[in-house]
Amino acid sequence: MKRYFDYYRAQMKIAVLQEFQYPIAQYFYMIGMIAEPVIYMVVWSAVAVQQGGAVGGYTPGGFAAYYIVWTLVRNMNIVFTPYGWEWRIREGRLSMELLRPIHPLHGDVAYFAGWKFVVIALWIPLAIFLSLIFKPDLHPTLLEGVAFFFAIWLAYLIRTMTLSLLGMITFWTTRVSAIFELYFAAELVLSGRLVPLTLMPQWVQDLAWFFPFRWAFGFPIETLAGNLTTSQLLGGLGMQAAWIVIGIVATNLLWRVGIKKFSAVGG
Amino acid sequence: MNGLRLAWSYLRIGILNEFQYRANLYIQILQTFIALAVGLIGLQLVFDQTTQLGGWSRTELLAVMGVYILMGGVIRAAIQPNMERLMDDIRNGTLDFALTKPADAQLLVSVREFRLWQTVDVLTGAIVIGVALAQLGWSLSALSALGFLSALVMGAALTYCFWLMITTTAFWFIRVNDIANLFEGLYAAGRWPVDIYPLWLRTGLTFLVPVAFAVTIPASALTGRLTFLTWLGALGLTVLFLVVSRLFWRRGLKNYSGASA
Repeated sequence: MKRYFDYYRAQMKIAVLQEFQYPIAQYFYMIGMIAEPVIYMVVWSAVAVQQGGAVGGYTPGGFAAYYIVWTLVRNMNIVFTPYGWEWRIREGRLSMELLRPIHPLHGDVAYFAGWKFVVIALWIPLAIFLSLIFKPDLHPTLLEGVAFFFAIWLAYLIRTMTLSLLGMITFWTTRVSAIFELYFAAELVLSGRLVPLTLMPQWVQDLAWFFPFRWAFGFPIETLAGNLTTSQLLGGLGMQAAWIVIGIVATNLLWRVGIKKFSAVGG
Repeated sequence: MNGLRLAWSYLRIGILNEFQYRANLYIQILQTFIALAVGLIGLQLVFDQTTQLGGWSRTELLAVMGVYILMGGVIRAAIQPNMERLMDDIRNGTLDFALTKPADAQLLVSVREFRLWQTVDVLTGAIVIGVALAQLGWSLSALSALGFLSALVMGAALTYCFWLMITTTAFWFIRVNDIANLFEGLYAAGRWPVDIYPLWLRTGLTFLVPVAFAVTIPASALTGRLTFLTWLGALGLTVLFLVVSRLFWRRGLKNYSGASA
């Protein structure tokens, strides 16, 4: 256990030091990322105003709250990408990591978790800036705040698992970018990233229950910006935990089968 | 004249290169299809709730989306790959190979890459524009059509200048690769006409990142919104940006310190 703890601490420290080297690049990345929710926010606020102040239960202030929390959740959603897996497998980089006496996934989880501290530090001024302009209608209770803290880290783990699973498809085929694109499109629509799920037609909302997407995105936002009851909060956290268990089992299984297919030498 | 011949040769090489990887065409078609589907879903969701957005009807916004897709294709086929290669060259010091060639360096770094399959987006965008125009009843005058085409060219030129200037900052900041991400994020704002954005953002999308010129102004021409004065302003700004970006590029080049890669 101590071994893992030390490894995680070291890996996270490396991530912080590495990523702080190029703050300009980080900000380019952030501004590019923040443009997306700002667009949604502006469009939907305009629609809400035209419809007499609210649409689907959201006022412009409500949309502002949703999409500003969105930016933090989106940052928490950044994990080792399937394109990274593709590169790692195709170029044989995995060989090196296999030599280490620890599962390569731990490295990913730890590194990106460490990066989160950099990202959040840089995110705070942007969030303040966005809040001053868009005036979010955000009044979280203490309980919601606590639930949110856990929800975003659970979301981080869920997305790590799902994207690792996706990336590991590269063990079988190297033409994966089409699959990745389809996945990301489905995620965009079914996670609450494009619009709050409650604005979707009912059948889309029902469909979203069968996928992990909303638990890694829409749910954490709603813990803070929505009006969830205590039982909904706990139920949601439970669903997140359940998806993580499914994720761990599935990644382990796929890893065990997939790694036998890995044939790169060197790297 | 020599410059044109040079650009043409690189274009031919780029096309031949792409023909080696024909399967990528199908992947590109799929990607374009997905992007189009997501765009249409977004449009549908908005117009489930309202009948117009900032004075634009649904069909007019379809035209905006068409221009957005078309221009995105132009950028990813001809502008972005060149600039990304330039970034790598500056960082790795391999820009030497371009600088030692007996041609204008700016021209050379701007024409070296061409992604043929990205033109699927150009075609798709054109089709979407066609559908929107048909729904509007083909009420396009010859003058509007001319305004549209010239606005497209100016929009592409301004986008090129923007990319070049940002890429040039690599001479000082070295790692600017995330710029592609930045641009994609901001360019996505062009999916909607810039007049729906608050003033500060609209200003930024007009003068800092030329999204307004790349998408909204050509689309305005299509929907009969473009005034002669705006067109003239666009022309002036294009000339200004072409000059400024060239000066900036030269200034940056002086700062290049790669010594034989």
